[in-house]
Amino acid sequence: MVSKVKKSEYKVIGTRPIRHDGYDKVTGRAQYGADIKLPGMIYGAVLRSPHAHAKIKNIDTSKAENMNGVFAVMTAKDLPRLTDKQRGNSEESGSEKHLSENVMALDKVLYKGHVVAAVSANDVNTAREAIKKIIVDYEVLKPVINVDQAMDKDAPILHEDFIGDHLGKKVKNTNIATYNRYKIGNVDDAFKKCDLVVEKEVELQTVHQGYIEPHSGTAIWDEDDRVKVWTSTQGSFTNRDSVSKVLSLDVSRVKVTPMEIGGGFGGKIPVYLEPIAAVLSKKSRRPVQLVMSRTDVFDASGPAPGGKVIVKIGVDKNGKMLAGYADIRLEAGGYPEAFIEAAAKCVFSCYNIPSMDIEAYDVLVNKPSSAPYRAPGSPQVAFATETVVDEICKKLDMDLIDFRLLNVAEKGTRTALGPKYRKIGLKEVLEAAKKSDHWNSKLEKKSGNGKVRGRGIASGYWFNIGEKSAVNLSLNMDGTVILTEGSTDIGGSRASIAMQAAEVLGINAESVRPSVVDTDSIGHTDVTGGSRTTYATGYAAYKAAHMLIDEITSKAAKIWDISEDDIKYKDGIISSRTDSELNMTLREFADQNPFGPVVSSASVDLEEAAGGFGTHIVDLEIDPETGKTDVIRYTVLQDVGKAIHPSYVEGQLQGGATQGIGWALNEEYFMSDDGKMLNSSYLDYRMPIALDLPMIETVLIEVPSEDHPFGVRGVGETPICPPVPAISNAVNDAIGTRILSTPIKASKILNTLKSM
Amino acid sequence: MSDNNVRKVAINTTINGQEMDILVDPYVSLLETLREVVGMTGTKEGCNDGNCGACTINIDGRIVDSCLVLGVEAEGKNIETVEGMATPDGLHPLQQAFLEEAALQCGICTPGFLVSAKALLDNEPKPSEERIRHWLAGNLCRCTGYDKIVKAVKKASD
Amino acid sequence: MIKVFLPYKTRKLFDLPVEIDAEGNNLRNLIEFLDIKYPGLKQELVDDEKLKPTISAVIDGRTTRLGLIQKLDKVSEIHFLPSIAGG
Repeated sequence: MVSKVKKSEYKVIGTRPIRHDGYDKVTGRAQYGADIKLPGMIYGAVLRSPHAHAKIKNIDTSKAENMNGVFAVMTAKDLPRLTDKQRGNSEESGSEKHLSENVMALDKVLYKGHVVAAVSANDVNTAREAIKKIIVDYEVLKPVINVDQAMDKDAPILHEDFIGDHLGKKVKNTNIATYNRYKIGNVDDAFKKCDLVVEKEVELQTVHQGYIEPHSGTAIWDEDDRVKVWTSTQGSFTNRDSVSKVLSLDVSRVKVTPMEIGGGFGGKIPVYLEPIAAVLSKKSRRPVQLVMSRTDVFDASGPAPGGKVIVKIGVDKNGKMLAGYADIRLEAGGYPEAFIEAAAKCVFSCYNIPSMDIEAYDVLVNKPSSAPYRAPGSPQVAFATETVVDEICKKLDMDLIDFRLLNVAEKGTRTALGPKYRKIGLKEVLEAAKKSDHWNSKLEKKSGNGKVRGRGIASGYWFNIGEKSAVNLSLNMDGTVILTEGSTDIGGSRASIAMQAAEVLGINAESVRPSVVDTDSIGHTDVTGGSRTTYATGYAAYKAAHMLIDEITSKAAKIWDISEDDIKYKDGIISSRTDSELNMTLREFADQNPFGPVVSSASVDLEEAAGGFGTHIVDLEIDPETGKTDVIRYTVLQDVGKAIHPSYVEGQLQGGATQGIGWALNEEYFMSDDGKMLNSSYLDYRMPIALDLPMIETVLIEVPSEDHPFGVRGVGETPICPPVPAISNAVNDAIGTRILSTPIKASKILNTLKSM
Repeated sequence: MSDNNVRKVAINTTINGQEMDILVDPYVSLLETLREVVGMTGTKEGCNDGNCGACTINIDGRIVDSCLVLGVEAEGKNIETVEGMATPDGLHPLQQAFLEEAALQCGICTPGFLVSAKALLDNEPKPSEERIRHWLAGNLCRCTGYDKIVKAVKKASD
Repeated sequence: MIKVFLPYKTRKLFDLPVEIDAEGNNLRNLIEFLDIKYPGLKQELVDDEKLKPTISAVIDGRTTRLGLIQKLDKVSEIHFLPSIAGG
C-alpha cells in the first residue's frame, strides 16, 4: 500500500498509536446498544405494517393486553400530536409531525415495516408473541415505489394533508415534497456556444447503509418525568432533541447515554425505537429495551435514496467546459428529505463551469424514510457527472486526467450554489493520480482465461461539515489528562481527538484518556457524521488544551511566585524563561499544585472544512460467460487535509470505497410491485465480503484546511462518491458499452453482452 | 413463553474453560443463551440468520454462527468465545495485531472476526492472503473494506 | 454595497436579478434594507426574529454561525441558500 504522508514537525499527529478504546473492542468488553442490561429491565417488540401503503382503520390491542407476561401495549395515540413545525439543521430536518409519525404511524402506513404498535413483556419472546395478537384493520392502497411512479400525474398520493414546495409555490396533492432550482450564468446561450454536448441519464436503486449492529433503544421514564435513554446513535444530543420532540418534553428532561456504536454511516442519526421504549417504560414502570431484527433494519431504517439523474455538459473544441445542466430526482421514502440540496451542491463540484442550471426533486415514495448515507446525494450525482466526463474524453480523444485538470475546480471557482471555493485540493489529487503507479501500469485487456478487463477513473466530493462540539479536560495527579467529549466513536475518533490535545500539551497520545459521555455531562455536540468529528471536536480539544496550558501557567506562576509571562510550557515541561533552576514536569506540577484542580472546557461552532475531493482508479475483470465482475486493483487518492491518525484515515478511504463497490456491483432493494423489499437479509442483500476484494491502495494527499489549526479537513464521506462511476466507466472500458443503472450486476452484464 | 408450558432445560457446558450448569428455554439460540442467560455480551448479533458472522464462536474446535445453534445443543460441549482469547499474560497475538493494524473501526464485527481467524491460525499457522480472505468470507465487516483485517491476520501469523 | 444572491425560487417570486446590491452593518440590517426595497422579502428569510432554520447565509464563502447578529465589515458577497441536510 502506498501511503504518502508528509513528514512534519508534529510529535503526535501523523503517528499511529493504538486507539484508546481498542482493548475493550478486541476483548468483547465494549458495550454496544443491545449490550446494556438494567436491573428490572423488560423487553419490547413492535408490530410493523405488512403493506407499503395503507390507511389504518382500527387497531385492536385487547388480546395482546390480556396476555400473560405483557406489561403494556402502545399505539401512536399514546404519543403527543405534533405540528408541521420544521426542524431544520444540518443533521435532522423535516417537520416534527413527520418525525413522530415515522416512529409510529397514526392513521396511515407509508412503507412496509412502518411501526403501528408496540408491546412490552417480561421477555422478548413473549413480547413477540403478543404483537401477533394485535389486530389492525387496514385499507390497502396502491403504492408508488420509484420516482417515475410517484411523479406521474395520476399517482396515488402519500400525504393528502401535505403541502409541497415547488419553487416557493405551495402545492397540494403532490408526491414532490420539494422542487428546487439553482442557476448561475446564462445556460441556454452557453450550451449554444459549445462544440460538443454530452447528456446521460443514470438510474440508481435504493441501497442500505448496512451497519452490522441493528438499531436498539433502552429507556426508563421515571416518576419525575425524566427519561433516560441508552442507545447506539451517531449523535446523543441529536437523539435527545428528537426523543424530546416526539415525547413533547423539554430537552433537559431527557438524558441520552451513548453506547458504543456498531456502524452508522448516517443511518444512526434518526430515532426509531427510543421514544417507543420510553413510552412503554412509562406504562410499564420498568426499564424497557427494544432491538431491531436485520429484516426490520432493511425494511424500516435507512436507506439511501435511489432515483434518476440526468447530466448534460457542454465543452468547446479544446475541452473547456462551458455549460452544465442537471435534473436530479431522488427518493425521499415515506417522509420528505432526499438530500437534493446536497446533491445539487455536489453534482458539478469537481469542475469549473461558468454556467450551470440544476433542477432537483425530493420525491415521496412508499419506501422507508431515507436516512443520510455517507455523503448523502453525492454518489448518486457523481455517477451521472463522471459518466458524462468519461464520454466527453472518449469523444474528444483526450486523456481522462488531463481533461479533468483542464477543468478542475480550485480556490476561487464559483460553485453551482453560488459561493466560491476556499482552498481545496482536487488539483493536487489529480496530479498525484497522474503520477500514481496504478495509472501508469499497463492493463492487459484480455486475461488468459477468456475474461475481459477494463480500467475506470472518477472523482467525487463532499463538503465536510463543521457544527458544534465541546470538550472538557482535567489534569490528573500523575500528569495525564482526562478528556471528555460528546462525539460517539464510530471509527477511532477518540484517538484522533485525544491526539490533537496531546499534540498541544506536548505529551504522548496514551497520556490523554478520552471518554465519550452522556448528554448531562458535556456541552452540546453534534452528530458523528458529515465528516466533522476529527475536524470540529478535534478543534474543541485543541482549544481546551491551550486553555489547560493557560491554567497550568497561571498556577505554576503562583507556585514559583513569578510572573505568568515568565512561564514557558513546552513538551510537558513547565519552566521559567529567566531562571533555569525553575522547571518541572507536568507530573511534578500536578503532584504539588495546591491551587485546586486543573481543568478546562472549550466549545466550537464551525463552518464547513472547505471540502474534500478524491479520485479513484479501478481495474476490473469480467467473465463474459457468467457476467461476474471482479475488482482486481483499486486505488483511492484523496485530499485529507491533515491525517491525524493515518491508519484510521486510510481505513475511512478503504471502507468508503468498499461500500461504493458494493453499491456499484451488487447492492439494491429488490422490490415487488406491491412495494415490499424481497431481499431483506444479508444473504440476499449482497454486501462485499473479504473474498470479493483486493487490497485497497490509498494515497493520502495533504492540502491543509485553512479553517483548522492542524489543517484537518474531514475524510469519511468523500470515498463513497467515486466508486460507482469509476466502476461503470471501467465496465465500459472492458465491454465497450455503458450500463447506466445500479447495480451493475452479472445478469445486466450478461444481457448487455447478449444484445451486442 | 408465558402462554405455554415449555420447561427450561438444565445443561452442563464449558465456556472458555469454565464448566457451568445453566437453565435454558429449549427454543432459544446459543447466541441468546450466551448473551441473556450467561451474561456474556462479547458475542454480537448482527442478523440472527447466519449471514453476518458477528456471533461466531468455536464449539469443539469448529467455528459456528451461534445464532444457528440452540442453547440446549451446548450440552457437553467445549465453547470458546472472544472473551476467552486474552489471558492473564495479555492479549492473543490476533487481538494485538488487530489493534496495531487498525483492523477495526466500529468494532461490532471484531469478536466474530477474531474467533474465526483464531480457528484458522490454530490449524494453519501460515495462511496466504487468498486463504485468509476465503476463510473470513463468512464474516461481514461494513467499515474497513477488509484490507487491514487481512493484514492483521497475516501479521499475527508471522 | 454588498452583492446579495438570493435562492432561485425567491428570485422568481420577487422577479429579481441574480445579484442585487444591499447594505447593512449586520445581517439583520441588511435583510431590513432588502425588505424595504422588496417588501415581503424578509418573510422568506426570517422567522421569529431568527434566520429560518431552512436558510443559511454564506458570507464571502463561509456560512455564518451567528445568524442575524453577524457583523458585515468589508464583506463583498452574501449568498442565501437552502440549508443542506447531510450526514
